[in-house]
Amino acid sequence: MAAPDIVMYEEEFNQIKTVISKLRIDANAKVVFLVDKNGQQIAAQGEIENLDTTSLASLTAGNVAATDGLARLIGEKEFSILFHEGERDNIHISIVAQRVILVVIFDERSSLGLVRLRVKKASGELNDVFARIMSKVERERAAAGAAFESPFAEITDDDIDSLFSE
Amino acid sequence: MTFINYASREINCKIVYYGPGLCGKTTNLQWIYDKTNPNAKGKLISLATETDRTLFFDFLPLELGTVRGFKTRFHLYTVPGQVFYDASRKLILKGVDGVIFVADSQNERMDANSESIDNLQINLKAQGYDLMAIPYILQLNKRDLPNVATVDEMAKLLRRKGEPVVEAVASKGTGVFETLKGVAKLVLQELTKTG
Repeated sequence: MAAPDIVMYEEEFNQIKTVISKLRIDANAKVVFLVDKNGQQIAAQGEIENLDTTSLASLTAGNVAATDGLARLIGEKEFSILFHEGERDNIHISIVAQRVILVVIFDERSSLGLVRLRVKKASGELNDVFARIMSKVERERAAAGAAFESPFAEITDDDIDSLFSE
Repeated sequence: MTFINYASREINCKIVYYGPGLCGKTTNLQWIYDKTNPNAKGKLISLATETDRTLFFDFLPLELGTVRGFKTRFHLYTVPGQVFYDASRKLILKGVDGVIFVADSQNERMDANSESIDNLQINLKAQGYDLMAIPYILQLNKRDLPNVATVDEMAKLLRRKGEPVVEAVASKGTGVFETLKGVAKLVLQELTKTG
């Protein structure tokens, strides 16, 4: 496998939620959410009731991937911040811990300057959390060594078949 | 790269439909979208040109149900099949858990099929994957057309590693769910090995 799977534990998940909900309040934003670079949503906070967060996550990752491609074409490593300005709402996208995308949606109640400032602070905190997650995953794998038992080792063919039994 | 969330007890997997232009990747997704219970699916997103050719990708999130207490979510993506969209194709393979290769059964598309599989192998490698190791299914689409190659001929030409081969007519739904189920099974079986 190319990269280790992302595994999210309860403790870090709660820390992430705390950081992004604080960011939402500090930045006066409507929505803050985190997506991994493959398009999987990690966490979301704010006015998300009427928002299709799954599609948002996938399109954000596509957007970042395409922009990364553009960056490399002109000899840049990446564009670390993307900003989309709309008539009412704006989207601020930045990369955290090299592998996670932080998205902030805000309107006229906030400003680009404020969002950038608060995102910078939150990014530092999120970096720490993700570093902890990665070292935890590695530690657990190393501790288990060759005997690493997948929590899904007990999935049977019947379990899988039953998923499709409509 | 499966994303396992212990906090919300979810497994998220990414499946990519690959294949030459006009082989029916989007048609597969459209059929799945049309026939799936509304509670189990999200919106089908198509980033397509004005003539409905896939420009970047199609995306369909599916929720299949629960395995051992974990909700299983599958994110289905297609790539643009046309040769010159290679940069986009490469991006979409990022973090893939399983690949479905949709081959066009018409005789005149055999070269395009071979070329596309070679391209898949190269692009997987660029993302650090090996076609020989990844969950993979070969779908032979458009079996209802008059000018098609036989299954044996196609298997001989396109099969790379003894992967399951499914005959399909995506526009009528034949073989569509069978293909998806096949790859989902391989992906979940992979999970039981690697965690």
